[in-house]
Amino acid sequence: MPGALPLGDPAPADGLLPPQVLDGVGSRHFGLYVHIPFCAVRCGYCDFNTYTAKELGGGASQDAYAETAVAEVDFAARALEASGLPPRRISTVFFGGGTPTLLPAEDLARILGAAVGHWGLEPGAEVTTEANPDSVTPESLQLLAEAGFTRVSFGMQSAVPHVLKVLDRTHSPERVPQAVQWAREAGLDVSLDLIYGTPGESMDDWRTSLETALSYGPDHISAYALIVEDGTKLAAQMRRGEVPGIDDDDHAAKYELADELITAAGLAWYEVSNWSRTPEHACRHNLAYWRGDDWWGIGPGSHSHVGGVRWWNVKHPVAYANRLAAGESPAAGRETLDAGTREMERIMLEARLGSGLEVDALDAVGRHAVAGLIADGLVEPAAAFKGRLVLTLKGRLLADAVVRRLLPE
Amino acid sequence: MSPMARTAPVPAATDPAIIRNFCIIAHIDHGKSTLADRMLQFTGVVQARDMKAQYLDRMDIERERGITIKSQAVRMPWEVDNTAYALNMIDTPGHVDFTYEVSRSLAACEGAVLLVDAAQGIEAQTLANLYLAMENDLTIIPVLNKIDLPAAQPEKYAEELANLIGGDPEEVLKVSGKTGVGVEALLDRIVRDIPNPVGDANAPARAMIFDSVYDTYRGVVTYVRVVDGQLTPRERIQMMSTKASHELLEIGVSSPEPVPSKGLGVGEVGYLITGVKDVRQSKVGDTVTNLARPATESLGGYQDPKPMVFSGLYPLDGTDYPNLREALDKLKLNDAALVYEPETSAALGFGFRVGFLGLLHLEIVRERLEREFNLDLISTAPNVVYEVTLEDKSVATVTNPSEFPSGKINEVREPMVAATILAPNEFVGAIMELCQGRRGQMRGMDYLSEDRVEMRYWIPLAEIVFDFFDQLKSKTRGYASLDWKADGEQVADLVKVDILLQGEQVDAFSAITHRDKAYAYGVMMTSKLRELIPRQQFEVPIQAAIGSRIIARENIRAIRKDVLAKCYGGDITRKRKLLEKQKEGKKRMKMVGRVEVPQEAFIAALTTDESKDKAKK
Ligand SMILES: Nc1nc2c(ncn2[C@@H]2O[C@H](COP(=O)(O)OP(=O)(O)O)[C@@H](O)[C@H]2O)c(=O)[nH]1
Ligand SMILES: C[S@@+](CC[C@H](N)C(=O)[O-])C[C@H]1O[C@@H](n2cnc3c(N)ncnc32)[C@H](O)[C@@H]1O
Ligand code: SF4
Ligand SMILES: [Mg+2]
Repeated sequence: MPGALPLGDPAPADGLLPPQVLDGVGSRHFGLYVHIPFCAVRCGYCDFNTYTAKELGGGASQDAYAETAVAEVDFAARALEASGLPPRRISTVFFGGGTPTLLPAEDLARILGAAVGHWGLEPGAEVTTEANPDSVTPESLQLLAEAGFTRVSFGMQSAVPHVLKVLDRTHSPERVPQAVQWAREAGLDVSLDLIYGTPGESMDDWRTSLETALSYGPDHISAYALIVEDGTKLAAQMRRGEVPGIDDDDHAAKYELADELITAAGLAWYEVSNWSRTPEHACRHNLAYWRGDDWWGIGPGSHSHVGGVRWWNVKHPVAYANRLAAGESPAAGRETLDAGTREMERIMLEARLGSGLEVDALDAVGRHAVAGLIADGLVEPAAAFKGRLVLTLKGRLLADAVVRRLLPE
Repeated sequence: MSPMARTAPVPAATDPAIIRNFCIIAHIDHGKSTLADRMLQFTGVVQARDMKAQYLDRMDIERERGITIKSQAVRMPWEVDNTAYALNMIDTPGHVDFTYEVSRSLAACEGAVLLVDAAQGIEAQTLANLYLAMENDLTIIPVLNKIDLPAAQPEKYAEELANLIGGDPEEVLKVSGKTGVGVEALLDRIVRDIPNPVGDANAPARAMIFDSVYDTYRGVVTYVRVVDGQLTPRERIQMMSTKASHELLEIGVSSPEPVPSKGLGVGEVGYLITGVKDVRQSKVGDTVTNLARPATESLGGYQDPKPMVFSGLYPLDGTDYPNLREALDKLKLNDAALVYEPETSAALGFGFRVGFLGLLHLEIVRERLEREFNLDLISTAPNVVYEVTLEDKSVATVTNPSEFPSGKINEVREPMVAATILAPNEFVGAIMELCQGRRGQMRGMDYLSEDRVEMRYWIPLAEIVFDFFDQLKSKTRGYASLDWKADGEQVADLVKVDILLQGEQVDAFSAITHRDKAYAYGVMMTSKLRELIPRQQFEVPIQAAIGSRIIARENIRAIRKDVLAKCYGGDITRKRKLLEKQKEGKKRMKMVGRVEVPQEAFIAALTTDESKDKAKK
């Protein structure tokens, strides 16, 4: 069961944005997120907004989805223009899910094409799709590359069969190196997603997964701690005692191992859960989220942000398709951030980045906390002396606590 | 069978010969309130249709807990052999915490109905009140109640009662407050057996205060029993202990609603109102006289209520401190036994050290504060009063463990109580074990009947204020009953155990215990806190210490992970909401040095397991 949407203000049906979004627009990148809300099966730990039925009906069915998404792309172009925002080229696109590659590559190409038709791509733009290793072929990857995709992120999760089983993953481990190979042949950059701390995963299992992933030579790795979300099958299994619970100390030890092995393989961390082969291989689309750039999120349940206004679409694909069919904004709610909230978000997001947070941007409380953070070994002293707060390894593991210490009371 | 009186005797003009003053002595739940209800009904002072169960138990808490806290006096007419009598029923509190009030109520009577549940037999507290009644030379009418119950054993318990007060089992009345069976016969017996009051109608007035209740509309309502002379409206009266004088604004009898009268004469029981606002100005046990023609000698017996148990009360939300003060000030108007003074705790902030008559008193006050004044409170573990003599011979009275002197101590004295426990004889072993474990000394043991024993112990009060009664109940499957009264003090090897978090002493957790039990307390508290305090960004040692000597130690390992390491994509709002929630959580933390301790941890650490169970009910 997908997690709940936030509660916010009502969003206008015409999608018009308030004039304040024009402030500083020239210094913000513009990106596009496209949500594909379908999966072949739902993994037991997953609470993302995704559906396994092929036939949800009308514009929400898998076959018709591309057209519905294109309708929102068109709507977005009109709403941005009508709100007085200058035309901007797209710097990053990210197709996420769900499992985008469950749709034919032609459908993904068509949605991308519609967006490029409206806004155009910046030179060197980053265009990513998430993919499950068993939902790609050499041909489909080739097609995506030809359509303008530059990057693919595979949900590998683990290399160990019993761990994949607890996670409900359907792919066989041997499929991953093949998929990586095909992506390379198509000229795409490759990222691998891993999950650590799955119930029953030993330290050796995790080491195996890391070493295996690194042996495929990825440009980028995301390693996420398994979160047991309310309402998931995994949460129920845990409640019934069928699988052991989560241990934070185990998570910490596994994070440390990940950082050690990934770094030794020549990648560097640039965000708490992300490492890249070179700074250029960092996921620029994700960085845009953390840096407060603008993006429009296409698809049911997608979140958007433009100049301090956040909104999110209705969750169910049927409701979503109906809104668009009626020519209305699919937004379910939105919030306009005040200066204090924007500051708070900035601290919360930038503190997690390898590039760090500017000390000058903190208020008195935050600046006062810095010495304590150095003393507790949570931020790098050398960087702090130069005016930036950069988390140490220990600090990354306690990033939320660091943020709480930096925020006004 | 006697009829309802056709004409009731008029107050102020009632011949003492037709007055009967009595009370009902009963253990909690043996049916005193229910019996009183039937009497009100049969004598016609309350119409059947106005009758609500336990009519006289006015306070909500009282009604809910089914215990009588504030005594009341009701005047009821009853006719025997064509003479109309005035019966004054004085409802006494049934609990040990209120022994002093009981003794004053008894002193206002010539007789007592000893009411015992026919399915349970006599209990320790009843026994104690019975002794008090005999001490006051009251005529005792033994009554077995609830004879309608299938489990009733009237013969067995009639025998037990007869053995106790001396007399014939045949004389023991058998009634049911529920069905009304035997209640009229009981009213007749009251008239026949209980002596009428005697006094000197021409002497200066002397009336004893046996209860004093604050009423929002009328100020303090004082209940008195006139011994000599007369009290009349509008005259000025004087309190003999303080010499304070007041105008008698109103005087009357309860029937059971207040009915003003032309006054009260010898032997009569009623209420008076002077407009004072604080029950301390009209103290239980004091003697009221006329200002113009004062009596020279008081009736005696007045004593200030003495708090036996102390506890710190703190508002959960620090900004509620002024509200707590106001609430205590208001409660005090109606509770002469409540004493308090401001205190500060490094851990809990601003609060009050409050003195209580006993644990029930504490619970009732706390509950009233929370319920009637909407306060959320933390209370520290109850403790008794210690007299500490230092080497320089100076003496300190300690009501708060954190004030226990740290210098060279010569001796520590602790209050003792004489405890009486009644139980079926099969539990003697278990009770002895419990009492010995609590440093009790056996003072005697008697068989009440073939299978019931009375055990007498001399035991430190400190050992019974904390969960003793619950232990006793659970070790005797609920069959034992307990009564105690203060009985001197003893010198004991007592020490203060401190609890330290990362080297910082947490005053709220300090306790004074016997040296032999210090280790157990230290281990209990440190391990409890280890469970309750969340891991911090650094390691936190928890220690228990006597002075500078560490006697127990636990460790809270440093937290290693506090970061959301999942991909939330563009849903920044959700991440921010999570952070806001964490920040809210941080606000509910109290800082002890650098350690964040959740409020809940304080509450849980200070709560015994039984009181937690009670809270759940
Ligand atoms: N069966 C029966 N129950 C009674 C009788 N008298 C009182 N009770 C019940 O015993 C319980 C305690 O009665 P209550 O009058 O409150 O006792 P108090 O604590 O002595 O005032 C209540 O549930 C009453 O309904 C009686 O004569 N027969
Ligand atoms: C948007 S998800 C889905 C991508 C793709 N459908 C897949 O599962 O491979 C992106 C990544 O989030 C991670 N993820 C999903 N659910 C998670 C959870 N409950 N806890 C931690 N990480 C999770 C997985 O590593 C997943 O690859
Ligand atoms: S494939 Fe990915 S999006 Fe789909 S259910 Fe599994 S984790 Fe969730
Ligand atoms: Mg009662």
